[in-house]
Amino acid sequence: MSLVFAGVCSHAPGITGRAARADPKVRDAFYAKLGELRGRLEAAKPDALIVVAAEHFANFFMNNMPAYCLGMAEHYEGPIEDEAWLAIRRRQIPGNAALSRRLIEALLADIDVAYAEEWKFDHGIMVPLNFLTPRYDVAVIPVNVNCQGPPLTPLARAYEFGRALRRACDAQPERIALVGTGGISHWPATPDSGVINEAWDRKFLERFLANDRAALTSYTDEETLRDAGQGGFEIRTFLTVAGATEGAKGELLFYAPIPIFAVGCTVATMAVQ
Amino acid sequence: MQKLLYQLNRDPTVRKRFDADRRVLLDEYELTDEERAAIEDGDVGLLYVMGVNGQLLMHYAALLGQPWDVYINAMRDGVRKHGPVRAGLYSMLKDRQR
Repeated sequence: MSLVFAGVCSHAPGITGRAARADPKVRDAFYAKLGELRGRLEAAKPDALIVVAAEHFANFFMNNMPAYCLGMAEHYEGPIEDEAWLAIRRRQIPGNAALSRRLIEALLADIDVAYAEEWKFDHGIMVPLNFLTPRYDVAVIPVNVNCQGPPLTPLARAYEFGRALRRACDAQPERIALVGTGGISHWPATPDSGVINEAWDRKFLERFLANDRAALTSYTDEETLRDAGQGGFEIRTFLTVAGATEGAKGELLFYAPIPIFAVGCTVATMAVQ
Repeated sequence: MQKLLYQLNRDPTVRKRFDADRRVLLDEYELTDEERAAIEDGDVGLLYVMGVNGQLLMHYAALLGQPWDVYINAMRDGVRKHGPVRAGLYSMLKDRQR
């Protein structure tokens, strides 16, 4: 069929792992909106869910770092993290190797993606799945954009990758959903964990929801690092979703800085035209 | 050093060997004396200052069973004790470091 759903959400490990330490009112409002995202995702009746993530050295390391990679396995495993720390049980997650292969073949016409037949999910995918497909009954196709180990793919390419991904999805008979997970501004895994630049986040979200390609791709990594931390590099996942829904507008379901989760918690959808 | 942490974080077999006898495991990696000591001691603060990527370090701290605040404070203490981050991505975040 084609792309039937597009959205974004945060993936910080604190969202599940440090749930008890957050202000219950804000936390529960956030969880409720993740629930709404799940509802909309389910209403789209996807055969498969592509998660565009920014993994954190669960599979890819500096010995061989792809800018873009798709999973091509029948099943995956996650989380790699300590189960109690993340508060998510380790398990197998279904994939769809045949669909992955067709997507990769289509993508290769436009962009040189890598593929991986083995892939372990970290919090970057497990936290979103915990809320969006908690029964793990939807085939997941993981996509990684390197946002951790510079040099990183330019923002314009992340957007282009999204456009290519859309073309690849639209060429398939399956109903495909797309969720990007990442950022926005944060300084995770540093002494500044919990710092959030709300003004920067809101400006970015405004550009994202308007799908303003020129504005979205105008950040330099230097500016992002300064204003949004190294975690801000993960905006690439949002740009990929924006590229896949070029011309469409978004709807913000939730945004609030939750310092103990170490990120401005975000839930949004993009219209699929 | 980062490769060791990467493999330790994701591979249960490496984890088992680390728990059984970390010295034997560490012999297989190119480590300076300081790096080796930091890993043997589980010195998260020093590892952070040395430039270990925080995502690798966060998972490693979880693996060591460090509670969140202990882990965050270990990095702060590391910067206080050993000075700013010496290499890697976080050395560019200097102006924010307290």
